[in-house]
Amino acid sequence: MENNKVIETVGLTKYFYDPVKFQVIKEINLSIDHGEFVSIVGKSGSGKSTLLYLLSTMDTDYEGQLFIHNELVTGQIDSKLAKIRNEKIGFVFQFHYLLMEYNVLKNVMLPGFKLGKYSNEELEQRAMGHLKTLGMENHALKMTNQLSGGEKQRVAIARALINDPLVIMGDEPTGNLDRKNGDLVFDILNKLTEDFNQTILVVTHDTDFANKTDRIITMEDGRILS
Amino acid sequence: MNFKLILNIAFHLLKARLKQSVIAAVGVTFGIAMFIALVSFMNGLNELLDGLMLNRTPHVLLYNEVKPSENQPLDLSANYKNNTNFIKSIKPKDRGKSIYNGKEIIKVLKKDKRIIDVAPKVTSSVLFNSGTIEISGFVNGIDMEAEDKLFKISDYIKEGKVTDLSQNNSIIIGKGLADKMLLTVGDIIKVSTSNGNLASLKIVGFSQLGIAEIDNVMSYTSLGTAQKILGQPKNYITDIQLNLYDKETAAAVAEEFHKTFNLDAMDYETANAQFETGSTVRSIISYSVGIVLLIVAGFGIYNILNMMIYEKMDSIAILKATGFSGNDVKWIFISLSIIIGFTGGVFGLFFGYIFSIIIDNIPFETTSLPTVKTYPIDYNVIFYVIGISFALCTTVVAGLFPALKASKVDPVEIIRGK
Repeated sequence: MENNKVIETVGLTKYFYDPVKFQVIKEINLSIDHGEFVSIVGKSGSGKSTLLYLLSTMDTDYEGQLFIHNELVTGQIDSKLAKIRNEKIGFVFQFHYLLMEYNVLKNVMLPGFKLGKYSNEELEQRAMGHLKTLGMENHALKMTNQLSGGEKQRVAIARALINDPLVIMGDEPTGNLDRKNGDLVFDILNKLTEDFNQTILVVTHDTDFANKTDRIITMEDGRILS
Repeated sequence: MNFKLILNIAFHLLKARLKQSVIAAVGVTFGIAMFIALVSFMNGLNELLDGLMLNRTPHVLLYNEVKPSENQPLDLSANYKNNTNFIKSIKPKDRGKSIYNGKEIIKVLKKDKRIIDVAPKVTSSVLFNSGTIEISGFVNGIDMEAEDKLFKISDYIKEGKVTDLSQNNSIIIGKGLADKMLLTVGDIIKVSTSNGNLASLKIVGFSQLGIAEIDNVMSYTSLGTAQKILGQPKNYITDIQLNLYDKETAAAVAEEFHKTFNLDAMDYETANAQFETGSTVRSIISYSVGIVLLIVAGFGIYNILNMMIYEKMDSIAILKATGFSGNDVKWIFISLSIIIGFTGGVFGLFFGYIFSIIIDNIPFETTSLPTVKTYPIDYNVIFYVIGISFALCTTVVAGLFPALKASKVDPVEIIRGK
């Protein structure tokens, strides 16, 4: 039971049915160890994003088995999956998805409120800590629409970190950013792996970004090439 | 589930769409306020009209009805026992209007624990003479104390007092009757009875019930005076009226006394069946209007929540991605609609109350209803309870469908669609 695997899949297969039945993911066996900074690359339509969303537990329409932290999550009910995402997975998407009704600090704290593990004061302190790491502590009380694109993405990373997730999953986290901000986001993620041994799994089509990660998974036609 | 967090999120979503939310709530407020005002007014009116008749009707009335004898001599004959007998031209038997052994019956009834009080009465049709004109009417000989206790007759005496009837040969006549004959208090009125007795009575007051048919013919005297002008002894009583603590049992009690005392018995529901029908119809109308208003308000809430869901797709998607389950999202939107419904409802109760007060102060003076100065309102707490329950029910139902829709939002679709 005790091994280092954060994510493991056995024979993961997925079909799209619209407009015709089409196999997007073909029998993928994959495992990601603790502390790895992994990037998934591949051409458009190779199934890399689809794979990520399968691993994220949000997409449950697949065949095969998915283990997170050696726990089988395939076939779990919606509320259990939501709990797993809350506790173990942090997300950074291409778009920041910050709630504009809340300020920066509250946005970061929101998944923490849901987890309910820490008191409000503790949570606030932790959120401030993460914002500090990301150089955003001065923006904590701003509303999200007052931030620039790069800043928003950093807030999204802080939100992903708030519950000390097992793994951070990113879908083109630098896709919407310019070179400078993109590098900044990469540096932050890289620093998290180096300093805190954070496992990170990122889908990207940015080869420069991918080349700097520990491990590159290349996908083509629903299969892993390397 | 963390309801504090869910409520917090719901509040923030509301704040972001404050204008629409307020409009939705105003819809509920309007519906509830109208419902409360309408139902209070309708019920006030019902009570007024019912009071007019029902309060003047005893719960149970015991009397002798003029009718043919149920057992004809032929039925008693052994010879024709097994035959089917047809008897033609039966005439009603005059058993006399007097209740046989009335004093004893009253004594027994007064001991009955179910009965508030018993009021004996002597009624007779008479002719009031004014110059050469004769006006037919009725005289009611009443037990002043009991009559006032059961039927609050003092409320309808416009001039003079009920107790003035304790003077010998005094009478209180209906206002309509007095106006016709140009009589004032202190005048003498001549009354002739059906058996030819003529009596002169002194007018000590006027009664006005508000129903012209009654005010034009009715008069009141004391029991003793009535017996005297009819030339009857002290034990002559034609009606025994009684009120019960639980008036719902009136029909059963009437049936029981009919058997026990061998008298005709009428309960108030039978006597006033048409009034009950009127009240029911009015209630149905006011409730249905109220419900329709609330359903319209419910559609407003449904619309606004639906719009909000489309607008907040991204937020729903990220909430789901970061660990909020479909159930949590559902509750966020249900609490949204409950918040709208509750605040709208509470304001509705408040405005409903205000409207009721306003209606209550609008002058409403009509000659037929002398006791009424403003429009009647029934301030019944139960309407407010029904109102707020309606508000919550409709908003929850209106919120449920959008909430279920929100709970089914697939975050992958939203996030990948970007």
